[in-house]
Amino acid sequence: MSGGSGTAGDRPHRWGALRDSLRSGELGSLPVLLSLASIWLIFASLDEKFLSPRNLSNLSVDIVGTGLIAVGVVFVLLVGEIDLSVGSVSGLAAAVFAVLNVQHGMAEVPAVLVAVALGAAIGAVHGFFFAKVGVPAFVVTLAGLLGWNGLMLYVLGSSGTVNLDDEGLVAMLTSHYFNDVAVAYGVAALGTAGYFLVSFRDARRRIAAGVPARTGGGIAVRTGALGAVTFAAAFVLNRFQGLPLALLIFITVLVGLDHVLRRTTYGRMIFAIGGGVEAARRAGLGVVRVRISVFMVSSTMAAVGGLFLASRVTSASQASGGGNLLMNTIAAAVIGGTSLFGGRGRVWSALLGVLVIQSIASGVALLGIQAAVQYMITGGVLLVAVVIDALSRRAQKAHGRV
Amino acid sequence: MPAPPLLALKGISKRFGAVQALADIDLEIRAGQVVALVGDNGAGKSTLVKIIAGVDPADHGVVVWDGRPVHITRPHEAQALGIATVYQDLALCDNLDVVGNLFLGREIHRVGVLDEVEMERRTLGLLDTFSIRMPSVRVPVASLSGGQRQTVAISRSLLGEPRLVLLDEPTAALGIEQTAQVLDLVDRLRERGLGVLLISHNMGDVKAVADWIAVLRLGRNNGFFDVTTTSHEQIISSITGATDNAVSRRGTREWEVG
Repeated sequence: MSGGSGTAGDRPHRWGALRDSLRSGELGSLPVLLSLASIWLIFASLDEKFLSPRNLSNLSVDIVGTGLIAVGVVFVLLVGEIDLSVGSVSGLAAAVFAVLNVQHGMAEVPAVLVAVALGAAIGAVHGFFFAKVGVPAFVVTLAGLLGWNGLMLYVLGSSGTVNLDDEGLVAMLTSHYFNDVAVAYGVAALGTAGYFLVSFRDARRRIAAGVPARTGGGIAVRTGALGAVTFAAAFVLNRFQGLPLALLIFITVLVGLDHVLRRTTYGRMIFAIGGGVEAARRAGLGVVRVRISVFMVSSTMAAVGGLFLASRVTSASQASGGGNLLMNTIAAAVIGGTSLFGGRGRVWSALLGVLVIQSIASGVALLGIQAAVQYMITGGVLLVAVVIDALSRRAQKAHGRV
Repeated sequence: MPAPPLLALKGISKRFGAVQALADIDLEIRAGQVVALVGDNGAGKSTLVKIIAGVDPADHGVVVWDGRPVHITRPHEAQALGIATVYQDLALCDNLDVVGNLFLGREIHRVGVLDEVEMERRTLGLLDTFSIRMPSVRVPVASLSGGQRQTVAISRSLLGEPRLVLLDEPTAALGIEQTAQVLDLVDRLRERGLGVLLISHNMGDVKAVADWIAVLRLGRNNGFFDVTTTSHEQIISSITGATDNAVSRRGTREWEVG
């Protein structure tokens, strides 16, 4: 019998459970929420414009490109691997779209599809060399980092920069806002009601089946918290230009992929491989196929994210996908609480992590401090996140040995 | 005419590069029987288990299941036949909870989505059937004790209602009380008419639960003993090769005659 759970009964239930989960190393989203809150508090106290609707609305669009790429990185991290090529792939996808659309006159929709399909194909190549041939993912994707960046420069050719159509579909991705206040509130209401319905039905089925269920109070508190956050966000966004289309797409993708990871066999296989490849193999799981597929998810999301990043600046250039984009995406996933050791993490960590990183960037820019400070702060936050990850892993192991 | 054995191995051989891990192995397990597979380190016990479980197929030889020859080349083929395996290193995914581990590779679905409620209900039912106590079925198994993890691993093998259970050193890392629980569980499996192949180093465990003892030595058969009529010393000497046994004595006699 483990030590923590044995004494939980003689304390108020909630605190016992919290203490137990802290001891067993299941911190969840708590550290990143705390650090996000403190970052916002610090910047808000230094400059009141930080929490202005305009700044927060811009922040909500700025996170989308990097965030979408980070979601893909989460998939790869969950199987205990890494993808260093996401930056280059995102730049390549943007360049391919821009060249096809602007220089060759291909319509936007097919050009987008080609760019995204290219991302999926690149992921399949990485996955093949990693899972079939057995080259470490680190090296395969490092080769990808260089190779796909080279291909992007080749595709862009001598022009170097291709400007997108300002009124085009891709440009709209990050420039369109739903000005009607009803849209933001409607989405918030829909999300909260949906969460409540799913939780409520789950609890009813559990009670009917005679297995432990979440209490009505627990559901109410969680639904209330979700409602408060979403309606506050809707309120703030409506005070600027309304709900950004980019944010809506990002949230939809997050909800969808969260469903895939937590509620489908495919998602269960990803977690299983991250927790123990040998165990997964012995359970008869198609380890090779799943491994290839997560690299495909990663590269596909990189391509999609690349289009959003290009949309934000309405151009694809030699700098696309470069800079510290790669480091930001991986840092976002890890800061958000996805373990570098594989097997632990959530899709939502991409949202929380990228919020932390972009908040720092936004706050530093607002205060007019040099970028150097931004890198140092982000680096520090990342280090703390990894330390928490490693310590919680150790705590969990120690917990099991009681 | 008695029923055919549940599982019969005939002339099984396996080679890893220059090492002949198994040579010409024969073995029979009948329903409602516990056969202990014993042998020194490196005798080929785990290799034999992997062959039966379909993890690492044999180079030569025939596997006869329920009277008909079968080819088991993948773990799920063995599972489909009704062979469940509990490995020495447990083969659990540390990050998944008890329910997730039990149903790994055979999840229950409901309109295309994992049916966590039904899986949890069946898990609790199974644990209840075997009077297994667990703090919670929703904690990652990494935070469970060694004994609890072994219980999860064995429960997992019982979920598919197998006819033969392979247990690779199930009590190696356990305390006295937990070992007794596992051995009780083995008794219950036999009572329910399952065949059990128990690999163990612990002669006490083997004598306590096994009906037959098969000895491997350096990758070859080195005796098949009835537990009730065989002494401890006979088995030990057969494992270590310290003294003669029936097989080697017969061999030398033929040598002398020839």
